[in-house]
Formats: sequence, structure tokens, C-alpha cells
Amino acid sequence: MSGDNVWLLGTYMTKFGRHTDVDLIDLASESAIGALEDGGVTIHDIQVLGCGSLFNAQAGVGQQLQKQIGQTGIPVYNVANACATGATAMRTVYLTIKAGEADMGLAVGVEQMGKGGLLGAGGKGDRGRKEYKPSGRYGSVMQVEGVLGTGLMPGVFAQAGMEYAYEHDGVGFEQFAKVAEKNHAHSTLNPLAHYQKEFTLDEIMNAEMMSYPNTLLMCCPNTDGSAAAVLVSEEKLRTLSNEQQARAVKISASVLTTDPWTERAQVQPDVNTLTRNAAQKAYDISGVDPKDLDLVELHDCFATAELIHYDNLMLCEPGGAGEFIDKRGPWRDGETPVNVSGGLISKGHPIGATGIANIYEVATHLRGEAGDRQIEGAKVGLTHVIGLGSACGVHILEKPAQVRR
Amino acid sequence: MGKQIPIVDYLVIDEGSPRLVAWEAVESGALFFDRRNADAKSGTKEFRRKQLADEGVIRSFTIVQRGVPGVPVPYVSALVDLDGGGSVKANLLNCPPDPEHVKLGMRVRMTTFVAGTDDDGTEAIAFAFEPAA
Repeated sequence: MSGDNVWLLGTYMTKFGRHTDVDLIDLASESAIGALEDGGVTIHDIQVLGCGSLFNAQAGVGQQLQKQIGQTGIPVYNVANACATGATAMRTVYLTIKAGEADMGLAVGVEQMGKGGLLGAGGKGDRGRKEYKPSGRYGSVMQVEGVLGTGLMPGVFAQAGMEYAYEHDGVGFEQFAKVAEKNHAHSTLNPLAHYQKEFTLDEIMNAEMMSYPNTLLMCCPNTDGSAAAVLVSEEKLRTLSNEQQARAVKISASVLTTDPWTERAQVQPDVNTLTRNAAQKAYDISGVDPKDLDLVELHDCFATAELIHYDNLMLCEPGGAGEFIDKRGPWRDGETPVNVSGGLISKGHPIGATGIANIYEVATHLRGEAGDRQIEGAKVGLTHVIGLGSACGVHILEKPAQVRR
Repeated sequence: MGKQIPIVDYLVIDEGSPRLVAWEAVESGALFFDRRNADAKSGTKEFRRKQLADEGVIRSFTIVQRGVPGVPVPYVSALVDLDGGGSVKANLLNCPPDPEHVKLGMRVRMTTFVAGTDDDGTEAIAFAFEPAA
């Protein structure tokens, strides 16, 4: 056996939602302290801190957090990797333990987004005197959003989904809407989700259209929240109490990929190739087959995104994502439950926290501690996030009967 | 009529019909609309200009109903695979912006329109696509 496995010892997520009465560091502190307590350890056991907060990437959030929970002089890595920021913080700690520099570490993801509006607009403002002068790598003279197509998030992911519909039969507005129907239904069992309200397929399809085929109820909300995880080396875990060992969850794969060059990606991000690459690598490393998965938390920033990731993560037959949702494969009582937390669509998407929140969700099921939404007998699960630009994080978690000695 | 300037430099509007011109990596054939330091496919540094076709098919689209301030909605954003290579994103014009009329796989051709006028009266010319008859 490999003696250098890394395990999850403790984890915590705050309630996701609008937290106007606390600040970013309050949220990070709550999840960090929560994860430490959950793991039965203290900040003095922690030898490395990975911290992800995308919109505050230059604010030294990790160090700000230390000042609230314990300044012990350990290395802090403040990471930013778009929507894969949380997964990157997690993996930074994982790698440090793998490298033998630490035997225990803490990963924290946090974001306070407020009512952030549509993300992805960027570009040139029209302030002051208007004079068209080419600038930037495209020699553009004005903001091109809405003039040369759209780069807004609901539209980017709508186009990613419609591209799949172009390539495969049996995929359309209704299949995409069914994804949101499922995730809203799942969220009613998750007290930590931003929204916990079920909607009918009709209500979802008739909600305000944002960017066809994504209606408002098929888009993730801007959310505040934080999640954290304590990771430990296998060697260290063996020295901890029976209860700590019994609740520990093995991290069987931790993978990060970026997008390799593909023809169309310069105009429409290719969210498929890097996800497929990450998934394949994670399955290879862990020896887990997609069919073995008891649950999956994947990056459903929009309903159109979730559908294509069924295929990218190999949860369905190639090209069969439409059929997979039609036969309720990803529902909690289906073939491979997907986003039983409610997913980003309903649970919310505090960007820096998301990649650790999905670890929290899967680990909680593997421990048999997910309450009303528990997937009975769950032994292995996968988490996936993707950040445009692009970065993809995939983790596979397993619950062996006991820590091998 | 005042001056005109292309909205982006890969749209060429001087002499002849408006056309898209990309950077083609000599080694790999990869196409880029922006200036690149090296080819993202092969890592080599040699590029040449390549004129792209003005017709193609809609590979994907979305109909934007909520966009940025100042841009009228709804509009169709389409990903177009051009005949002979190259993919581009642009708006679809002269087609009702609803899923009954915009179809995946629909043949389209490039057109141009005035996207704005600056304080010197210079018009920004943008490209778009419209259904090919």
C-alpha cells in the first residue's frame, strides 16, 4: 500500500446565502474553526494554510484569517484560479502534505459576492470623450460585449450547452431545464443551501429568460459563503484517535488541469476537453470507475453546463447526456446522483468557496452524516469545478471501512 | 461620409469586401484573431496572415435577453464555423431572435453594420452574420 495517502480529517461549510451582517473574514473564520473542530484538532496542529477568495485575491485573506483564528507563522498560500479557486486551495494543501513538508493542513475557500449582477462583462468603459482608437490584442475600439456576440456567463454556458445539442440528438431546452428541476428539488433537503425551493419544469421553462436556453431558474445565484477542510497525511492519521480515524475520508485523487489548445476555444471557451482530461486522470489515479460513483458534485453554474458534464465526467454513454437526464439518472434515487446538495444553481456559488463546499458535501455523505439528504451507503464520490480561462479541479473521495495499518 | 474604423483589427474593411483575416501559425495551422507571442498549439513563433471565408454554419447560439447596459436585447450570439476553417463568435442579424427561427446548423454569411460613432464622427464597423439565402 501507499503510505503517503492524504486524508480529509475535518470539514465544514457555512450556510450559503446573503450574509450582510458579517464580513469576509467572519465567514472564513467560521468555516476554518468549524473544520478544525470537526477534525478534533486546533490551529496549532496546522502546518500549512491554503486560502482561496477570487475577488479578494490580492488582499492576503489567508493572513487576515490567521489574525482571527491563530497566527502560528506557518506558510500561507493565497490562491486564485477563477471558479476553481477553492479546489486549487485544497490541492495546494494536498500537495504540501504529499511533498512531506507538512502532515496536516487547512484549506479555506470564501467569497462574499452580494448582489453582483451578471459576471463576465468586462471590457472598455465609455467614459469622457469618445474617440475610437484600437487597443489591446484584438485592436478593439470599443466594448464588444453584445456587439460581437456575448461573453456574459449565462450566454457563454448557454452556447456551450447548445454546441452539445448541435452535436448530439435528444438534447434541447427541456433537457437543460430538467437539470434545474432536479437541483432545485434536491436543495429542499439541504438546510445550508442558499435557496430551498422546488419548482416545476413549467415554472423553470417559463421563468425570465436570461440567455436562451438558460432561464433565471437555470442560473446560479451570487452567494456569500465559505467552506473549509483539514487534510492529514496517512502516517499522522494513524496516530490520531479511533473516532478521528473512523470519520476520515480518503482523497483518492486530486487533479488540476487547464485547457489544451482547441480550435474554437479562442472565441468560445472549451469547458469539455479539460474536464474530460481531469476526470480521466482522476479515474486512472484512483482506480475508480465512473460506474462506481455513489454521488457526484459537479459544476452546474448553469443548467446547460451540468448536462454536458454528465458526458465529460463519463457518467453517461458518450453523447447520451440528454437521455441520462430524461431517465432521471442524476436524481438522488437515480443511477448516479448528481448535485444532491442542490448544486450551484440552488445551493449557490460563492466562487472561492465552491470547490471546497463540494468536497464538504461528498465527505459528509461518505461519513453517513448528511441527514435527510443522505445517499445511503455512499462509499465513493467525485467533485468537479471549472473556472473559465480555464482551470478544472477534480477530486475523488472514498470511505474505506477503516484506515489501513 | 466620415471615417470608418473596424471594431477589431481582424476585420479588414479597406478596399474590397469586408473580410476576416486571422493569424495562422505556419507550423500547426492554428488560427488566432489576436496577436500571439507564440502559437498556443505548437509553441512556434512564425505566423502568416490568412483570410477566412465569409460563409459558414451556426454551431451554437444563445439568445440574450438580459445583457449589459446600452446594448439592446434580445439579440442572438452565434458561434459560426467558417467554411475552410476558423470559428468566430458574432451576432446574428436579419433573423427573428427566437428558437423557432434561429437553428443549429443554419448556413450564414458575414455582413457588417455600424456599431457606434465617436465624437469625431468616426464610425466603428462591426461584423455579424445573417441567414444565407
